[in-house]
Amino acid sequence: MKHPKKDLTHPIAGSRWNHIWSGVVGDKLAMMALIIFVFYCLVALLAPLVAPYDVSDPAFMDLLNSELPPSWISGNSQFLLGTDAQGRDLLSVILYGTRLSLTIGICAVLIQVTLGICIGLVAGYLGGRIDNFLMRCADIQLSFSNMMVAIVFLAIFQSLFGMARYQQLAMVILILVIGLTEWPLFARTIRASVLAEKQQEYVDAARVMGISSKRIMFRHILPNTLSPILVIFTVQIANAIVAEAALSFLGLGMPATEPSLGSLISEGFAYMFAGSWWICVIPSITLIILILAMNLLGDWLRDHLNPRAYKD
Amino acid sequence: MKKRELAALIDVSFTLNRGERIAIVGESGAGKSILGFSIVNLISKPGYIESGSIKLENKELTTMNLRQLQEIRGKRIAMIFQDPMMTLNPVLTIGNQLVETIRSHTNISYKDARNIAIEKLHNVQISSPEKRFDQYPHELSGGMRQRVIIAAVLLLNPDIIIADEPTTALDVTIQAEILQLLLSICRDNGVALILISHDLGVVSKVAERTLVMYAGHIVEEGPTLEIINDPQHPYTQGLLNALPQMTIPGQRLNQIQGSMPSLAERPTGCAFHPRCPYATQKCKQEQPQFIYSGVSSVACFMIEDMLNEFADTDKEVL
Repeated sequence: MKHPKKDLTHPIAGSRWNHIWSGVVGDKLAMMALIIFVFYCLVALLAPLVAPYDVSDPAFMDLLNSELPPSWISGNSQFLLGTDAQGRDLLSVILYGTRLSLTIGICAVLIQVTLGICIGLVAGYLGGRIDNFLMRCADIQLSFSNMMVAIVFLAIFQSLFGMARYQQLAMVILILVIGLTEWPLFARTIRASVLAEKQQEYVDAARVMGISSKRIMFRHILPNTLSPILVIFTVQIANAIVAEAALSFLGLGMPATEPSLGSLISEGFAYMFAGSWWICVIPSITLIILILAMNLLGDWLRDHLNPRAYKD
Repeated sequence: MKKRELAALIDVSFTLNRGERIAIVGESGAGKSILGFSIVNLISKPGYIESGSIKLENKELTTMNLRQLQEIRGKRIAMIFQDPMMTLNPVLTIGNQLVETIRSHTNISYKDARNIAIEKLHNVQISSPEKRFDQYPHELSGGMRQRVIIAAVLLLNPDIIIADEPTTALDVTIQAEILQLLLSICRDNGVALILISHDLGVVSKVAERTLVMYAGHIVEEGPTLEIINDPQHPYTQGLLNALPQMTIPGQRLNQIQGSMPSLAERPTGCAFHPRCPYATQKCKQEQPQFIYSGVSSVACFMIEDMLNEFADTDKEVL
């Protein structure tokens, strides 16, 4: 079988990244989503420089300033988006919160990807009993709701080590919990692509050349499965951020002293009906835009990296 | 053998001398490719080698562990496949794949590996190898890709190359170029070649000795030229007659009646007897043994009987 079509339909020289990039430039929605995502990442990275106030500075909390409405209502230009119940500048808190949410999201998904790639590759490539065992583990993991596992785990940790200890380690624990509960998604996807790639002759060719299984898995098969991984990666970051926000909203996430977007929303929710809507609504909008952009990006990537369109 | 197991190769035995080029010919399903894979012990599961021995300079390959085999594969015995597009990894650059192959066997720097790779690309007459090095397989033509694969095979200076229908996926003009390249490379480097093919035209150009396979058996073995000029086994005769060149223009092409039996329904006796124009009662019951006919070694009762007759008349004359 020859594949003369391939060369005709995809004359783009160079790598997958060129391919993605040229696609993004041509698509307005994707471009928007990407710009928003990059903007969020930049703001998160530069939060200490951009934010008007330093959240970790205790002097910055002034209860006299608490629950001030946004500047376009109060006319007070000192706090652009108003202040929260502790008297912190809402803009600064949101900036730092975005930074935390993104960090937790990305780190958690990195754990998921690492676990998922290793487990999926091994299961798919070696097959047989190992495959069966690993995939049953994934099934078991998936049969529990992630939220339930996270809640149980976090609740146990809080009661075992106490609130003070928990508040110190909250971020690490959240990353671990979200990261460890969602690896099967990656593992399954990668296993499925590996099963398909394993049949390809280039794998036989590599084996004939005496290349070891480990090398074949990571250097030859893995690059061929990167397209679906990239798509899930994007969507999963959004999911992880939402999961963190949900946990925080339930009081199991980041403490109020170090608020993420989720705990900001949770905290503001109490003041919602007291008239101070901005404490809850503005972080919510921030979160929604971020998640929307990431999901659009993921969707677009999925369409664009469709293996049928890209590879054959 | 256990139930529901089928033998793909039965009593296949041959030797390959250093630097020799042999061909294995036969229809699809004769077991040619399985034979090639068996040599490097790479039969896909659930297949396995039940018995027998494969030796490389007195080292038994069938009992080697994976690590020892990986030392043999690529370094001593390398393999070329049919479709060069499928054999190259679509998402890695040519250079990347070549360097990867070298570095998985030897501990050398990327730069040295790159130099070796470019030198080999040069050897297989690829123009501007430095440029090709950074290109992806889809940017090369079919013939170019097969050259790259030959270069990849040469990277570790193997003693034996197994080429499994290396030109089938290429068009005719490129076929000739690739064959010529393969031939000159084997000659120049003293590399032995096992050419697996169904194309006797290809075989006659390259191989010194030919093995004809049918339904998992070798039915005839001998020097290529002799086999082509004077085929002994009815199957070999049929194969040669089926070549389009053997037909008078305007007439129907010759063919061997019937088709190759599947593994599950291999006939008793000589596996070829249902399609053989000379088949006798004996052919249906007994398995013919190899016998030297004066031209080649053949497993066929007809030849055996003929030789016996000659021997008898010789005696009478004396």
